[in-house]
Amino acid sequence: MKPATAKTLRAFAFELAIYGLLVTGYFFLVLHLLGGWLYELEIHHRYTYAGVAILLIIGQAVVLESLTTFLLRLIRGRSE
Amino acid sequence: MFFPISGAHISPIYLVIVGFLIGILGGFFGVGGSFIAGPALRLVGLDWNFAVGTDLAHIVGKSVVAAKRHRALGNVDLRLGFIMAFGTIAGAEAGAQLIQMLKRAGNVNFVVSIVSIAVYLSISTFMIWESRKTLSSRKGRRQRKGADHSAFKPVTRSIQRLKIWPMISLPTSGVKGISLWMILLVAFVGGFFGGFLGGGAGYIRMPSMVYVLGIPTHLAVGTDLFEIIISASYGTFSHAIKGNVDILIALVMHTGAAIGAQIGAISTQYFTGPKIRLAFVPLPLIGAAIVIYTMVSGHKL
Repeated sequence: MKPATAKTLRAFAFELAIYGLLVTGYFFLVLHLLGGWLYELEIHHRYTYAGVAILLIIGQAVVLESLTTFLLRLIRGRSE
Repeated sequence: MFFPISGAHISPIYLVIVGFLIGILGGFFGVGGSFIAGPALRLVGLDWNFAVGTDLAHIVGKSVVAAKRHRALGNVDLRLGFIMAFGTIAGAEAGAQLIQMLKRAGNVNFVVSIVSIAVYLSISTFMIWESRKTLSSRKGRRQRKGADHSAFKPVTRSIQRLKIWPMISLPTSGVKGISLWMILLVAFVGGFFGGFLGGGAGYIRMPSMVYVLGIPTHLAVGTDLFEIIISASYGTFSHAIKGNVDILIALVMHTGAAIGAQIGAISTQYFTGPKIRLAFVPLPLIGAAIVIYTMVSGHKL
């Protein structure tokens, strides 16, 4: 394996490990704190639930994209 | 792990892995990946209505990540994306109405299965022919990474020459003039098949953008993803008010998709347009294989 490829793969594995830890913490936060509330919302207020669902998935997408970009920059900065 | 909204017990690791794999496909090809996500959710016991609605919600999140990355790479034509969103939503409604009509007639499963097999096989056959022909031509062999040439270009040019008012230009995509109706038609057809066959129908829209509208492959992938954000959000809202979305499952799946979509999007830089199109060929074939399996076995994956 070329040294550059090995370096990229190492950086990727490192990023994946940090990402995995953060996401695991996030799972418990979201599923435990929001689970019950979302369930109630889905039963009693469907339209609000639909709006909240879209906001949540877009919000998570923006946050996770920023997080992975930040991690990539951090790792590249360390390896250069 | 128990998900109270759908009442399903699903391993979060399974959801993350499925999301990751679909994320890579979405980021690289500009497709929603519903032909894999739907059966994958069904496989762990989620009801079909929840599988369809939840998959749409997850597609929204994944497309935001991939489209943002493609935008940073200069692969998104915002003007084209916004115009196409109108056609897609109208098409999706028309497709859904046809499904309702077929439901009333009592032959919805048979008709949808036959149409989907025909569509998937046609797309794959055409794309194999075109990308191989392009790659074997002198221009195709010579092009560098990121460049785009298509053996179907003469037909695309004649479509662009159709002067049906109003004509618009797409500077980001390098299209000097094309009829607005042609763009809306392509979007409508994509949306129609999305509403009729399910999912985002990126497997139809992405090739149509390349061959009919003459959009470079990299831009077609990025713009399709951007357009999917709008149309899938509409679909998610519509399904959520009908009680078909478990947003907790979608959020967990999306944690895997977020990183997969970035990998897929970055990978497009290392391939030429025809190679991306050739690699796209197995996707509709997988869709066709799933439909044939369900028809022959009588089981729904």
